[in-house]
Amino acid sequence: MGRVEQAGGDRFRDGARAILPYAIAGSTFGASFGVLAKVAGMGSLAPIVMSATTFGGSAQYAAISVLDAGGGAAAAIAAAVLLNARYAPISISVGPVFEGPAWRRFLEAQLIVDESWAISAVGPGEFSRRRLIGAGLVLYVAWIGGTTVGVVGAGLIGDPERLGLDAAFPALFLALLVPQARERRAFAAAVAGAAIALALVPFAAPGIPIVVASTACLLGLRS
Amino acid sequence: MSTAWTVVALAGAATFALKAVGPVLLGGRELPAPVIGVASLLTPALLAALVVTQLLGGDRELVLDERLVGLAAAVVALVLRAPILVVVVGAAAATALARGFL
Repeated sequence: MGRVEQAGGDRFRDGARAILPYAIAGSTFGASFGVLAKVAGMGSLAPIVMSATTFGGSAQYAAISVLDAGGGAAAAIAAAVLLNARYAPISISVGPVFEGPAWRRFLEAQLIVDESWAISAVGPGEFSRRRLIGAGLVLYVAWIGGTTVGVVGAGLIGDPERLGLDAAFPALFLALLVPQARERRAFAAAVAGAAIALALVPFAAPGIPIVVASTACLLGLRS
Repeated sequence: MSTAWTVVALAGAATFALKAVGPVLLGGRELPAPVIGVASLLTPALLAALVVTQLLGGDRELVLDERLVGLAAAVVALVLRAPILVVVVGAAAATALARGFL
């Protein structure tokens, strides 16, 4: 647990500090989204509004790649929705820690992304709402700011993959998984989730493997 | 409405709903014990699925590329109990090196 507790704490600023490296990576991916969206013919304002509302890198990339390839609006929307479908199980896992009136829970829920959710996990099945909100807000600003820079400066920014930033994300999720998977059943659920996702990648639309992998948690029904 | 704005509006509305499901329906509630048993395994299952899809996922295919070098560096850093920032930066640097950038 030492690694995660180093960045531990239940305050908003603990989450904000923990997310900083990913916010920097996220802003470069946001910039490349802005560039690609401009190239795909979305104009300048629509990509920025999309970053503020859809707020999910893979879903946004998928939607513009469909548009860029000449696909219609329906196919682009379907791609984005499939890729963000994992937020249903993710938001259910963290749902009970949200409090206050429904409109506030609705608004705060929009800050749930893979990274802010992962950073809000403080123990097996335990989440910190304040860490999630602190992390989510920083990432939100970085993502929209990056998108704006990309739209405005299209062409000036290189490919973030050259810097290896795409490998930073599996490394983050692995580092967060280790303390979550120490218990025997949690380890089994992790292995099953990974196996389900890998088996489905070649056959299912992007996004679906992660949604189906969430069924590995049903191992929890066995006592 | 142009195609771009139709996509922005509908993808955004769907995302609002997907993200709000848990907090709006479950916020502030105590879950029954069997549900907690299942929900506590949701986190490791989803994190593991994110690791493998971000590591090997391509467009409907599994891709073995320089990301594997980055993950190997991350595993070494984790075994050495390095801080999480070192794990992540090390993975990116190893991948960039493998791609011949540095």
